[in-house]
Amino acid sequence: MTNLFGILTLSAFVHGPIETIPQVVVVLAGLGTAGLLLYYKKVGWLYKNWLTSLDHKKIAVMYFILSFVMLLRGGVDAAMMRVQQATSLPGSPGYLTPDHYGQIFTAHGVIMIFFVAMPFMFAILNYIVPLQIGARDVAYPFLNSVSFWLTVAGAMLVNISLVIGDFAATGWLAYPPLSELQYSPGVGVDYSIWALQIAGVGTLIAGINFLVTIIKMRAPGMTLMRMPIFIWTSLGSMMLVIFAFPILTVTLALLALDRTLGMHFFTTDLGGNVMMYVNLIWAWGHPEVYILILPAFGIFSEIVPVFSQKRLFGYTSMVVATMSIVVLSFLVWVHHFFTMGAGADVNAFFGIMTMVIAIPTGAKVFNWLFTMFRGRILFTTPMLWFIGFLSTFIIGGMSGVLMSIPGADFELHNSLFLVAHFHNMIIGGVLFGFFAGFTYWFPKVFGFTLNERIGKWAFWSWIVGFLLAFMPLYILGFMGATRRLDVIDPSWQPLFIVAAVGVCVIFLALFFQVLQLIVSIRQRRQHVAGGDPWNGRTLEWSTPSPVPFYNFAVIPTVDGRDAWWQMKQGNPPERRYEDIEIPKNSFLGCVIAACAFALGFGIVWHMWWLAAMGAVAIVMCLVARSFNEHTEYTLTAAEVAKLESSYGK
Amino acid sequence: MPHFGTFALLDPKGTVALAERGLMLHAVEFMLIVAIPVYILLFFFAWKYRAGNTKAKYMPDWEHSKMDELIWWAIPLEIVLILGALTWTSTHALAPNKPLSGTPPLVIEAVALDWKWLFIYPDQSIATVNYVRIPVNQPVEFEVTADAPMNSFWIPQLGGQIYAMTGMINALNLEASDVGKYAGGSSNYSGAGFAGMKFTAEATSQSDFDAWVQIVRLSSNTLSTSTYADLAQASADNPVLYYGAVEQNLYNEIVTKFMDLKSMQMQMNDDD
Repeated sequence: MTNLFGILTLSAFVHGPIETIPQVVVVLAGLGTAGLLLYYKKVGWLYKNWLTSLDHKKIAVMYFILSFVMLLRGGVDAAMMRVQQATSLPGSPGYLTPDHYGQIFTAHGVIMIFFVAMPFMFAILNYIVPLQIGARDVAYPFLNSVSFWLTVAGAMLVNISLVIGDFAATGWLAYPPLSELQYSPGVGVDYSIWALQIAGVGTLIAGINFLVTIIKMRAPGMTLMRMPIFIWTSLGSMMLVIFAFPILTVTLALLALDRTLGMHFFTTDLGGNVMMYVNLIWAWGHPEVYILILPAFGIFSEIVPVFSQKRLFGYTSMVVATMSIVVLSFLVWVHHFFTMGAGADVNAFFGIMTMVIAIPTGAKVFNWLFTMFRGRILFTTPMLWFIGFLSTFIIGGMSGVLMSIPGADFELHNSLFLVAHFHNMIIGGVLFGFFAGFTYWFPKVFGFTLNERIGKWAFWSWIVGFLLAFMPLYILGFMGATRRLDVIDPSWQPLFIVAAVGVCVIFLALFFQVLQLIVSIRQRRQHVAGGDPWNGRTLEWSTPSPVPFYNFAVIPTVDGRDAWWQMKQGNPPERRYEDIEIPKNSFLGCVIAACAFALGFGIVWHMWWLAAMGAVAIVMCLVARSFNEHTEYTLTAAEVAKLESSYGK
Repeated sequence: MPHFGTFALLDPKGTVALAERGLMLHAVEFMLIVAIPVYILLFFFAWKYRAGNTKAKYMPDWEHSKMDELIWWAIPLEIVLILGALTWTSTHALAPNKPLSGTPPLVIEAVALDWKWLFIYPDQSIATVNYVRIPVNQPVEFEVTADAPMNSFWIPQLGGQIYAMTGMINALNLEASDVGKYAGGSSNYSGAGFAGMKFTAEATSQSDFDAWVQIVRLSSNTLSTSTYADLAQASADNPVLYYGAVEQNLYNEIVTKFMDLKSMQMQMNDDD
């Protein structure tokens, strides 16, 4: 008889002294949260209002909370790495073991991309896309809940690896053969694979959901060329999700087959080929970058016109640029491995295709600049984030184009110059964009604006922290410093110390952001937003803040771009209420995610009975849901009228 | 042990590294043609059109100008055309597997192991670990492979890197133009001992090189299939080793062992 617990033994709970700290923290955080909920008798409230909700706005808030919690974890990982590097020299190897260090930088990458950036993006998409297109919800509200909870299940698998077993120590993309059983015999890589598989399926479903929402659910009159640019960039991003994520799923599945069933797709022997993995993972990985940055571009395309008090310049070329980037992003993946030995023709082709992306991106930049031209610019925090974004993005763009030249890349690849480049794009581009969107749309979500003064402190700390943390890495790259070193050359230490100071400043910025939230909540009565605090241009600002659960009492009719701006110029149309179908809550999203967690955990630890039960239960949930014909309830026109009058309309 | 203290990439000591530095500097110059105006426009517009400046012209409905947009699609396009041409020619000129002009290259076989570098000199029939010596002004062809996870072979001051992978040979042609010791290592993470995968590449005169070969030959260590198997065991921060003799065909065995039918059959039997 095989062991009920597969390969899980008590030794999986025993960690080194430093690894025990996060282990205890995770357990205490779990118990603490549960304890608080029970003590304040909030379990029922949480279940009814949040966990089972299919409301896209509540799912958005939950996505954000997930993202923020994981940001703190990923940030602690980053700080631990920098402390290790700033204090380790040959002969005095620092406070982390090489294996633990490997786990930390791997977890940092996996978490920041999959469980911070992606959920943050979906938080914003969830809240804003239906509102901007004048819809009452997404196309598939239940699948939306499933998507979110699958992402949570993936994140929990990453976190549980702190308690039981360990995490991958391979780098976030888990290149074989290092990630194969021969070199990584533990469960770490399996945790990573299954966390990404589960979250990845959630992402793919969400991609389909938002694509259908944008294509099918726009308000009458909103033709494609009247959609706000944020909707265009979201559409582009979701198209990329739909084409790219299946590649990730297949690639990780092949690696899982190697590890779990002894196959040889990517092993060193028996016909396995590492280069196939590297190609496949980047065929997903490069579009992934654009999946994240396109919505950020869209956010800036909303913010710059509003705070320049002027129409967006060059709408059509923005659309063309966005869609060109979507297509081109699939034609550049080889630039991640010019050094793998491809011939000059191949390398030169992919290098040039990479540069070509700079053309539409450059056009976007000029369009933003000329939106500011002859405007009346208000320097609110969202606008500061835009200026911070553009000033750092130019550096990141230049370093990117530089590395797209194979001859230059041979010297820069895998160095800290590369690390500086992609943090430049992901922090200065994606994260600053999402922070801008967060500040801009916060009053829509909660009904009050964020404290501007503390917001500006946070902004400046982020800029200074970012420059201190990453400019030294560009320099270190020129000194020949490679990434993922746990012991460094003594001559690099001063710059590593500067980088570590930068991380401290970034933590100060995070502190200010939390402080901003707390202070703003306390001062919420002084900063009531109303429906349209920024004199906005798009439909989300036509609703009250916070938005009623049915979004629009009357579905708006759109006559042009900047639909809400035009409505404000004309006479308010007559409002005739009608019955609204609202999706009922469902706990099945949570249940499916719990089963997926069991499936992943079961495979990681070879508890086949658990994995099989998880898989069967998921299918049963889906079957049960498909037979449920009463998934909506009706809000009558009279009830809508009553609710609307309470908003003072 | 030399260290990287200086700006290794800006202080090339080899023909390839020199060309690659030139390429980087050229590319940056071209990019600045766009980047500097963008910075100027950004801060100038932000200052000039601030809401407080009511004297500035305000055109809230101006949203389109074919001519202007054509210009800012054309500017990056032109830069990319120039950089694209530069990319095409430089990528062919700097292809790592392209032999350098001049005398026929000295061939050195480099094997990435857990976690050290093995260098085999097939013509001299010697081998070293974590140290490689080359004659100055002499083209060298490194034939890079791995018997370990993927690594990347890199001597920054001599030129760019190439991946070291099992079952495959990647050629990297380099040439030192100055006598000196240059730091080398792996740039692709390969596991716990990765940080210690450093070696010294020393360029000396041809006569010093020849004398050094004789010294290495005095070593009683022989790199054979069995001593290689010991060496290939994982070890971190390996000291420099010399092998005075190398078994014929060992490098080929290292490269082809993953395709070897006999060992494959043995493995399959093991799997059963």
